[in-house]
Amino acid sequence: MGKYAVKRILLMLMTLFIITFMCFVLIRMLPLANLPLGDPHSDVILARREAAGYNKPYLVQFGIFLKNIFTKGDWGVSDVLYFGQEVSAVFVSKLPATIIVNLYSILLSIPIGIILGILAAIKKNSWIDHTISTLTMVCISVPSFVYAFVIQYFLSYKLGLFPFLMKAGTDWFSWKMFVSMLPAVLSLSMGVIAGFTRTTRAELTEVLTSEFMLLARTKGLTKTQATVRHAMKNCMVVVLPSIFGEFVGIMSGSLIIEKIFSIPGVGQLYLNSINGRDYPMFTMLVVFYTTVGLAASIVVDISYGFIDPRIRMGSKK
Amino acid sequence: MEKKTQDLERIPKEKFEFAQLDEAIHDKKFDTKTRGFFADAMIRFRKNQSSVIAAYIIALLVLYAIIVPIIAPIKMDNKDKVFINTPPFIRAIAEKGWGIFDGAVVHESQNETQMNYWRGIGIETGYDPVVEILGTSETVSRYRGKDKISYFYKMSTNRYYDTGVVYRVFSYNEFQNIQDWQNETGIQVIYPYVEPESINGINDNPNIWYEVDSKGAAQLDKDGNFVPVYSTNAAIEGAPYNSIRIAGDDGSYIYSVRKSGSVQARVCYYNYYTYVNGYEPMYILGTNSMGEDLFCAIGVGARFSLIFAILVSAINLTIGAIYGAIQGYYGGAVDMVLDRFADLCSGIPMIVVTVLFQLHLAAKVGTIGAFLFAFVMTGWIGMSALVRKQFYRFKSQEFVYAARTLGASDKRLMFKHIFPNAIGTIITSCALVIPSVILSETTMTYLGIVNISDFAGSSIGTLLSKAQSAMTTSPHAMLYPSIYFALLLICFNLFGNGLRDAFNPTTRGVED
Repeated sequence: MGKYAVKRILLMLMTLFIITFMCFVLIRMLPLANLPLGDPHSDVILARREAAGYNKPYLVQFGIFLKNIFTKGDWGVSDVLYFGQEVSAVFVSKLPATIIVNLYSILLSIPIGIILGILAAIKKNSWIDHTISTLTMVCISVPSFVYAFVIQYFLSYKLGLFPFLMKAGTDWFSWKMFVSMLPAVLSLSMGVIAGFTRTTRAELTEVLTSEFMLLARTKGLTKTQATVRHAMKNCMVVVLPSIFGEFVGIMSGSLIIEKIFSIPGVGQLYLNSINGRDYPMFTMLVVFYTTVGLAASIVVDISYGFIDPRIRMGSKK
Repeated sequence: MEKKTQDLERIPKEKFEFAQLDEAIHDKKFDTKTRGFFADAMIRFRKNQSSVIAAYIIALLVLYAIIVPIIAPIKMDNKDKVFINTPPFIRAIAEKGWGIFDGAVVHESQNETQMNYWRGIGIETGYDPVVEILGTSETVSRYRGKDKISYFYKMSTNRYYDTGVVYRVFSYNEFQNIQDWQNETGIQVIYPYVEPESINGINDNPNIWYEVDSKGAAQLDKDGNFVPVYSTNAAIEGAPYNSIRIAGDDGSYIYSVRKSGSVQARVCYYNYYTYVNGYEPMYILGTNSMGEDLFCAIGVGARFSLIFAILVSAINLTIGAIYGAIQGYYGGAVDMVLDRFADLCSGIPMIVVTVLFQLHLAAKVGTIGAFLFAFVMTGWIGMSALVRKQFYRFKSQEFVYAARTLGASDKRLMFKHIFPNAIGTIITSCALVIPSVILSETTMTYLGIVNISDFAGSSIGTLLSKAQSAMTTSPHAMLYPSIYFALLLICFNLFGNGLRDAFNPTTRGVED
């Protein structure tokens, strides 16, 4: 198991390295942003560009880029959006908003999704199951900006329950901030809830019909006992990794939701860096998004093996 | 019992007769129809009612996307400067008073002056803008020692009628053309002129044709009627008028005034629009903030999305199938090397690929080309993984060994013998790939990362992002594209699930 995990992580690092290199070269090939003349920051940026080897071959540039990251944690300076500021500092300042909104959304989704899934599986083929399954189907299909529209129009505008946009400021844990985040959290949650419900229901229905459940009942366990002690454990083998995957994914955030509710997060930063052609910023975010995507898939795969030792990862097919 | 058996053993020879003498015996042909793999799947599919309904709805939506841009009464490019963010309106339905398609916009707290203003438009043009009075409130205020009660109304007006009359300047020719058109159709466009002097110098409000005080409040006569103040000053008349006159005109009213080589007139905008365009301004699903007709724009946008999605899935399917077939068939080192490459491609997030391709390729192969490449770059991996799995499953089965023993080449084995077994899976995943492509395409256009409006005219994502900014004033511009889009995605997913259940009956009810 440990050997498999190490192998996967090494492979992931290799993939990440190659992707970073390709994207790095592609981005460096683009024309540089023009700097305003006479601005004192312009000289600083020019000096930094010189140090980053902008006029050297791409391989050398990439070497300097990696060296700066590993020795100084230096990702370069923003040359358009946050003129003259460190890219990594700006990025770190954007992280909390994204993480908090996504964290709330997951914390809301996990219990609701799993409970609905269990309910549907236990009452299989009853009207409860049909209602939940249909709703799940609809919720998974409908994209998040439609939820955002419905929530913004009816809850925020017609009923006036929430503010339209997220509150500015950095008081992340104040009540007012929480309320202003709710529309975004709700619109994010719909899809996640539906996802958890579907996974839980599918797994649990399969487990409930297996033979060890029958054995548990014959031994004298009540239905509740059997379900909670035996079925749930086996069902979690699949549900837990997807929860871990979601947790890794919270950092990347949702571009659409961040745009609609003007959340000052990573997604917003990414969009701005594209529209503003801020390439140093863009490079860092590309690496970030790639890392998060790769890490999420690895966490899911590896956690299967750790949760359920019966699953032998990496064995020959 | 015993006796009977003995009898059977000694049956006389003459009792035997030939069952068949002349023809050689063949296997009897089946009377029942043979049922192939696809027919079998179709039967299972039809049993799944929700998927069948979804299939019909998809057919309707696709039909909408194909037909509506062609037959829509108002084309998307035909934008009007006045009818912007207008709600849905169909005159025949609006007149029934059902509260739908009536072009209604709600106005809060309208006072008496404004109510008279709306009434004036209705009386003059014949198009009553007031749709419904939604509520009345009283406010008591003390004015010069007396209690004065003022009424405020919450009401809705028809956005198409409440523009009423506008000033327009015409050349003499144009003015004559309008008159000819009026004579021909009997629809009145030009209304008698009102001199600003007779309405207390108000010169920016063409909708006032009655006596008003300096604030623009109507001065009614004792029966509560308006007192018309149309100009009869022939000295300022711009062009001769010999067409339909309004009721109560004895022939002395003038219909235009001179304006340096042209004439200025008051025209009823609704009828003027009909004159200019040849059809009434009936935007079936309203217009958005650009003045585009949504009924047509949704069709145009969806048409692009659907064609694009089908194209992308077709390309991905081909690449993925071939790649997956090679991977699965040869296995071993080939599989491992190709797998690493697939890992690389799938590791780059979609948003990153799209942006990089837009920045690098858009100038060379066009926005759409770059967009297509981005989808192909990441899209084929899912398909190749599926095909690879199927190949692993089938490649060591007896029929493959048999074919190999008979000397079939690798190519023949792959595509004639193994591949057809994977077709069910491929069709199913294709039905699920199309909605996901549509979703990502809409997301990209919504975010403005890719702008395909120049090429495709519009896209659902562009429509949604335009509507987002004016959401509170014109929710319909967001609502209809959203409904179309959500319906399309839901139905495609239902349809895809139905197909999957039909093609692999073993996985019924298990969703992954």
